Amino acid sequence: MAKKTPGLNTGSMADISFLLLTFFLLTSSINTDQGIQRRLPPPLQENQEVPKINQRNVLRILVNMHDQLLVNGEVLSDVRQLRSITKEFIENPTNDPHRSEKQAKYIDDLGENAMVSKGVVSLQNDRGTSYAMYIAVQNQLTMAFNELRDEYSQQRFGKPYEKISENQKKGVQKIYPISISEAEPSNYGGKK
Amino acid sequence: MGRFKKEGKKVVPDLNMGSMSDIIFMFLFFFMVITTMRESSLFVVIKVPKATEVQKLEKKALVSSINIGKPNQNYIKKLGPEPRIQLNDQFSEFTDIIEFVEAEKQRRNEVDRTMITWSLKVDEKVKMGIVTDVKQELRKASAFKVNYATSKVITK
Repeated sequence: MAKKTPGLNTGSMADISFLLLTFFLLTSSINTDQGIQRRLPPPLQENQEVPKINQRNVLRILVNMHDQLLVNGEVLSDVRQLRSITKEFIENPTNDPHRSEKQAKYIDDLGENAMVSKGVVSLQNDRGTSYAMYIAVQNQLTMAFNELRDEYSQQRFGKPYEKISENQKKGVQKIYPISISEAEPSNYGGKK
Repeated sequence: MGRFKKEGKKVVPDLNMGSMSDIIFMFLFFFMVITTMRESSLFVVIKVPKATEVQKLEKKALVSSINIGKPNQNYIKKLGPEPRIQLNDQFSEFTDIIEFVEAEKQRRNEVDRTMITWSLKVDEKVKMGIVTDVKQELRKASAFKVNYATSKVITK
């Protein structure tokens, strides 16, 4: 009589494959796109008049081909200072005549008047500026606007910006719009 | 007592667990295949810059990507190290962008056409010149909603 081979215990096999399954479930991220969102302006019309903006309402940021920053004529060594500079420029808590003007405006989403800054951030880069630097600048600017919105919402509603209702968000967005104007790039870097 | 006397030993039959592992393995393979899937293979090398103020794009179906970066190893000999634009599955020039935008708009419902987000996936070493040119073309094609793809870092 042939010797009967003992059956393998396959019960734990399921556990092992479960382990593998959970590992892949956790480590996999069906890569979602994320990034900094912006709205491009429509193309310029031929005979469009450039709106006149008072000098004090413009924060001029220049980035050259060596990724160096010039903000309102002053060299800035660290990008990370840009956030506070932008915030101070838009907020202008001391009503400094060199920083942006504010104007009372009726915000219909909130049903009240609010002081809205006329400030515009003008950003100009060179064709030779690196994309990493451009994103770093954009990130700082976004951070500044996000913090302004957050502070306002904290003060007005007692909640962070993330937690307020959609309508309130719309209102806050109107008080602190992301006003960044990008000039056509310079071309000191030489070749196109 | 006799009423409750057990009539012989009834044993619940064991479930056969042998096929369980097959089912789980099937799941496993499914997830393994899913995770490596990409919409289109990239011909350019892209390492997106890092940022902290990152927003997630909501509707994946309404995102079209424009890739800019150096050609990868298979193409760098033929095309050189200059950054190139990849639209869908081919290398493209600036002039192709308007056409690409139109084609992508045609693919969507009429209602959704203005809602498309154009995700610029650009390598961090690329110079702004090429990015600006692409942006100008997008403006001409009235594709205004732009997303600069970045990876998220938490530290400031």
